[in-house]
Formats: sequence, C-alpha cells, structure tokens
Amino acid sequence: MLAAGAALLCWRAAAQGPDPADLLRTEHEVGRAGGRLVFALRTEPKTLNPVTAVDSASRDVIGRMAADLVHIDRQTQQTTPALAKSWSVSSDGRRYTLELRRGLRFSDGHPLDADDVVFSFQCYLDERNGSSQRDLLVVGGKPAVVRKLDTYQIAFEIEQPYAAAERLFDSFAILPRHLLAKAQQEGRLPQAWTLSTPPAEIAGLGPFRLRSYVPGDRLVLERNPYYWKVDGVGRPLPYLDEIVFLLVPSEDAQVIRFKAGETDLISRLSAENFTVLAREQGGRLRLEDLGPGLEYSFLFFNLNDLPPGRLDTIARKQAWFSQTAFRQAVSATLDREGMVQLVYQGRAVPLASHVTPGNKLWLNRALPPPARSLARARDLLARAGFSWKDGTLRDGTGSPVEFTIVTNAANTARVHLATIIQDDLRQLGLSVQVVPIENRALLDRVFQSHDYDAALMALGSGDADPNGEMNVWLSNGATHLWHLGQSRPATSWEQEIDELMRRQLVTRDASERKRLYDRVQALVAENLPLIPLVSPDVLVGTRARLGNFRPAVLDHNVLWNADELFWRP
Amino acid sequence: MRVHARLPLALAALTAAHVAALAAPFLSPYDPTEQNRTLPYAPPTRVHMIDGAGRLHWRPFVYRMARRGDGEGYEEDRRRSYPVLLLARDVDLAGAARVHLFGVEEPARIFLLGSDGFGRDQLSRLLHGARISLFAGLIATALSLGLGWLLGTVAGYYGRWVDSVLMRSAELFLALPWLYLLFAVRAVLPLRVSSGQAFLLLVLLIGLVDWARPARLFRGIVLSARERSYVLAARGFGASDLYLIRRHIAPQTFGLLLTQAALVAPQYVLAEVTLSFLGLGVSEPTPSWGNMLAALQQYHVLVSYWWMWVPGLALLAVSLAYYALSEVLHQAGSAE
Repeated sequence: MLAAGAALLCWRAAAQGPDPADLLRTEHEVGRAGGRLVFALRTEPKTLNPVTAVDSASRDVIGRMAADLVHIDRQTQQTTPALAKSWSVSSDGRRYTLELRRGLRFSDGHPLDADDVVFSFQCYLDERNGSSQRDLLVVGGKPAVVRKLDTYQIAFEIEQPYAAAERLFDSFAILPRHLLAKAQQEGRLPQAWTLSTPPAEIAGLGPFRLRSYVPGDRLVLERNPYYWKVDGVGRPLPYLDEIVFLLVPSEDAQVIRFKAGETDLISRLSAENFTVLAREQGGRLRLEDLGPGLEYSFLFFNLNDLPPGRLDTIARKQAWFSQTAFRQAVSATLDREGMVQLVYQGRAVPLASHVTPGNKLWLNRALPPPARSLARARDLLARAGFSWKDGTLRDGTGSPVEFTIVTNAANTARVHLATIIQDDLRQLGLSVQVVPIENRALLDRVFQSHDYDAALMALGSGDADPNGEMNVWLSNGATHLWHLGQSRPATSWEQEIDELMRRQLVTRDASERKRLYDRVQALVAENLPLIPLVSPDVLVGTRARLGNFRPAVLDHNVLWNADELFWRP
Repeated sequence: MRVHARLPLALAALTAAHVAALAAPFLSPYDPTEQNRTLPYAPPTRVHMIDGAGRLHWRPFVYRMARRGDGEGYEEDRRRSYPVLLLARDVDLAGAARVHLFGVEEPARIFLLGSDGFGRDQLSRLLHGARISLFAGLIATALSLGLGWLLGTVAGYYGRWVDSVLMRSAELFLALPWLYLLFAVRAVLPLRVSSGQAFLLLVLLIGLVDWARPARLFRGIVLSARERSYVLAARGFGASDLYLIRRHIAPQTFGLLLTQAALVAPQYVLAEVTLSFLGLGVSEPTPSWGNMLAALQQYHVLVSYWWMWVPGLALLAVSLAYYALSEVLHQAGSAE
C-alpha cells in the first residue's frame, strides 16, 4: 500500500518521557516551528465531545484535537496507518488485528494503550450515547466486537465481511479512558466535554489541544507537545504554536475578514467570491481551484407512495414523473453547461451520474457526458404519449404539464439553478414554478409530508467510498429521497441497485467492487431517479507564505494536514 | 411657497413612474424573463453616434457585446454596427407579435441598464418590476393605513371598552412572532401560486400585519381632538357621532395619514423582499424591485456590478417624491 510505504518507523527517545516511542515520520517539506494560524468558522461549535459531535464546526475543531487508528489520506483518498502502525485481516474478512504504536501519550501526558481503544469503541457503540457514528460499526445487523489482545494489540470482529473495513476507523477519535471512564459509567458521557469544560480535563491524540474558549468570539488550540509525528529530519510536529478559530457567521463576512488579513485560510468559497478575491489579491494570497469535490446537485421528482385522499394533484402528476422517458426528456433539456457558466462562473462540471470527477477512485469513466438535445426530449415525450397544443406540453388526457420545484431559499446557487431549469423547460412547453422555501420547511416536505412535485437539492458524502452512499441508493435507505420508506423495491432497476450495493458491501476484491459500482452509476444515469446537474469545484485560499498547504476535496479541505502547516519567513 | 414649488415636480415624477410601469410591455425592449446565457452581468450597452472611422451616423447605433478573451468582462465587437430601431417588432415564445418602443436587430442586444446574472435586460425588469412593486406598495399602504385609521379613530373616539379591546388586540398584533406565523402561512398555502395570487397575497399580508402601529398613532390624535372645545360645543348642539368624526375629528388626522403614507409606502416595497425570501412574495422569474434588490445581498454583485443598484436608485427617487408630496399636502393642510 502506497501510504503505508511512506510511513517510516522511527525509534527515538520521546521528548517528554523515558519510553522510546514509535513515531510516524512524514515525508513532506521540512518547515519552521512557531506562529499561529487563524481560521473562521461559520457557526459556533456545539461540543468538543467526539462521540456526540455532528455539526461541521464541532468536527472542524475536534478533528485537530483527536486522532484515529487508521486514517484516510485526504489527498490520495487511500488509507494510511495512524495510531495503529499496521493491521491485518483474517482470511474470512471478519477479523481485523491492529497493532498500536508504542509509547504514545495523550495531550495531557497520560500514556495510550489498548484499553483506551477498547473503551473508545465501547463509548461509540453504547446506545445511551446516541453517537451518529454508531451505525458504521453495525455490520450485518450486529455491532462490532472490539477486544484487547495485549497492551498494544486489538482485535476488531464483524459479523460478515465488509469491503474496505479499515476505512471505517477514519474519524473514530480514540478517547482517554482515564478522563472519561467515570462519565461513561454513570451514563453522562454525552454531557461530557462541553465548551465550558476546563482545558485540563480534555485530552486527545491530535496535533493540538484546547487552550481557551471565549463564547461567541473565538476558540484557541495550542500545540500538543506529545504528538506522535515527526518531520523528515526528526523534529516534532506540529510546527504551529496555535490555531485560532474565529466565529464569522456569513460567507461574505468571511471573505472580507480574509481579504483584510484577519484570517489565514478560507475554504468552501463560492465561485463569485473566488473571482473577486483572485482579482484583488496581488500576489499576497494563494487561491486554489481543486476541481470538483464530492458534492452533487440534482433535481428529483416525488415518486413516494402518497396517502390516499390527500395530495391528489401530486398523485395525478406522478403518472408523468414515474415515466423514465419523462425524466430522460427533462434531463435532455437541461443546459448544464449554462449552469456551470452562469451559476459557478465556469468553476463546476456537468454530471452524468451521482459520482463526481472529484471521486478519483470510483468514477465510471465509460458514461457519456450529459448531452443537451431538445429534439431528443421532444421525441421521447411524443413517444410516451405527450403532445403539444398552443406551445404547451399536454399529457395523454390533454391536461397541461406543469409542476413546481422547491429548493432552499438561503442557497442562492440552488435558486439560480432552479431558475435556469425553469427557463430550459419552458422551451419544451413545460410550465414550471420555482418555489424557494426555508430549509427546514423543505426537508419537512421531502422527508415527512411528501407534499411537493419536484425538488432541487445536493448531497455530498464525507468519504469517496460507495459505502457512504448506501443510505441514498438502497430502496429502504433513510436518504432514498425520491421514494422513501419502501418495504420492497418499487421498480426493477431499484431492485438491481439494491443487489449491486449489497454485493459491493461484502466484496473484498477492489476491482470487482468498482465493476459493481460502475453498473450502479450506469443505472442511475439511465433511469434518473435523481437527475444529476453539476458538481461545484472546491475553492480554497490562504496566504502565500503558508508552507505545506495541500488542500484536498475531502473534508477538511484545508486543515486536514494542520500538523504540517508552517509559516515561511 | 418654496415647498409648494416642489409639488409639480413630485407629482410629475410619481405619475411618470406609474405610467411607465403600466406601459412596461411597450417601453421595455425585451421580455423581462428572457435569458441570454452568454451575457451574464453585461454592463450597460453604449449607444454610439460616431463609428470607429470617425463618421457621424444620423441614427444612433450599438455594437454587439462579446466576452473578453480572458473571460473577465466584455468588449464591443466593432466589426458591425446595429442601428437602434424605433417601434421594433418581435415575437414572443407563444408566437404572438409584439411592438417595442425601441430595439436592435439580433444577434446584438441593447441593455441600457446592463443585464443581470442570467443575462436578462435590467431595464425591462425594472419597468415590469415597477408594476408589482409600486402598486403593491400603494395598495398595501392604503389597506394598512385605512384599517389603522378606521380602528384607531373608533378606539379614540368611543374610548372605554371599545378602546380597550381594539388597543389590546393592536398590542397583540405587535407582539406576535410574525416570522414563524409567516412560515405557517407558507406551509398551509399550495406551492403553486400564480403571479396574480402572489400579488394579492403580498398586499393582504402587509396590509393586515401592519395596521396596529398607525392605529395607535391615530387613536392618540383622536383622543386629544375629541376633548377640544369646538367638538364639545358641536356635541352640545346635538351633532351625531358620524358628523363629529367627519367634520371635526377626521380632518385632524389627515396630515398624519399623508406623512405616514409617504413613510410606509417605500418600506412596503422593501417588505416584499423579505416575503419573497419566505416564498410568500413574487418568485422568479417574475421581476419585482424587491427580488431584483435581493441580488445585492451577494458580496460579489455588490462590489462588481454597479448597474445592479438601479432598482435601489429607482426606489429612492420614488420615496423622495412621495415624501415631497406628503410634505406639501401636510403644509397645505396646516395652513388651512
């Protein structure tokens, strides 16, 4: 494995103790110690507890304070050793044995051993704690069993073979048993490690540890002197003394603060702000377009089973929506290139399926790019029994075809996408109304009341692996947006996708999994339950002086290698 | 007298604005919803009289706009000039012929006030948007002030339990969490709302939500007016309530009515922005000054494209005209 080869083991006396430690030596540019980095958060972190954190601000901060056993390198998208220096899989694929690095310490100086690892997974699996990551550890209906073999060895057993199971370990922060065991015993773990907890009572294995928190203003992390990585010449990482998280609520305000030099890094920029910054920078800033990320936007029609009596008008329209030819005609009418140019100023790509070109390992490159053809759309509709009268499209019974598209009012880009779709479909004689609504109202309509015709949304999984998309594509998945709560697959292609997704989950051969997932992409591109639109580029920026700045399309785009960042003189 | 001199100016400005709004389909060169996907945020088209060779043309002309090679901004393609045509004809999507005051031949475009992010003509949108914004503002003002005036006068004149009931409900209206109620209203309504329905909804919502503040103001005035000696004298002579209100009390409130009208009318035009955001106003692609101004909430539009501010300038001019009008009427009223 590529990354495993890169991680050389290095024996040396630990700076803070007599134990020799298995430190990880990195291979990137050797930097200078010192300095601080300021990053703006859009919302205040809700907690510092890795078990319960779900919001992105909390995860942004916790990600710098914690470490996992096996890590996904955000740049190569492959797994690399982290706290576990190696691992092996049993021949039946159900048992993983992990070997911990020796002599590591938490950021408060307390040593790490297998008991901490067993304790951590016990916390994630405990239903009282309500961890959102728990589901990942339940394979084949049974929770994983984590056992200590000796001080530095752990066995991890799952019910059935699970493809790429080592990717699971990413983002499961290992917790200090000596600080949290009491809270866990008393069932108070979800209340532990809030923002008001004194810094001395919080410890992790990440490159930084908590120094101070000022509510509504800033959160400061300082260098963890016990961190387990060294640079190419054996000097301890991280280089930076401090990371400051400032609270800046809107993207536009973040752009202004970044331009004024008050923050050093910015991610998730919109194309327009990226252009404005690029125009005004004058060499002080380094702005990077990383190409498409994993986010895909799409239009979908309401294909849910509707309760009889209510929502009859939608039920009537479902006669159109449920026809594959209708969805194909809509898709063929869309000017995705126009969306890329007008909404994202060229910084996005048109999509043929839900997998974006940002997903280097899994994209099905055999799928043709989406082509715009009004003639094909008209042909498809005519053959499906639609006709035109006075320029409006009518169905077999003669009623005009019209529907509404709901989308999140707060997201300007999505409202603009919907406006373009509206205009495109007008060319086809379809009357569409765009209804921007508040986001919670939108989710309520899509997930609960099913009171909508069509909706425009976007999804983006945290990991490139298809396992992260199971909830979208399984016909009984919680995010099977267009038709929720199916007891059995409603269509033959949904059944085929179910089978393919289940098979790839237990297939251990990587190329065979790719073949299965390629077929899923082909089925999606053909049947269009979600009509894929575009995938925006990931746009980031920093000061030109920041060394080792290697932004990635995976989360966290710019801070993922915070341990290696340094300031050039 | 100096104030009176402004009256014709203010009246002329307001009349012109409202007439322009009514005549929007004729005055605007394009359909306000027509997108030109190769021309987003095009600056105002320059109208020329002298061409590159220095020759004077008897008829003004424009050049076709094209993206600059570096992808930033636009330049004129000077190879061919397109004369500005008066009473230009074109056909709409349904195939019906239309006549516009002016236009240019395709593929050139004449965007006198530039284009928006979809390459739609700002001038056409401004004129069509005025129909919604000006008249919604006007009717909502009439509704909210009419209701406020009526209830405030009744409360102030009759006093006692009538006053208590009306003023407590006014306070209730002021204290209600409107944002959440509007969410609820949106949830109850069907998603598909035609432009006409949206307009009515807008007017009704603004008018009904905002009657409480003027009602409290009018009540105060009526309360003091009904204790004046001439009112008491008239009552002593046996004048009816209706006569007293009409002859003696109502005239006292007219000055305030006009000042209030001038103050709230532009506010109501802006209220439409908020309502549109909640999905209760006019939605894309139908233009209104409110949803046109909403584009300015984006930083890059704010700093990069000055012509996107034009609806704001129009709103400012209309507000100033309303204000001048109310001042004149107010002064005329107090001189009497």
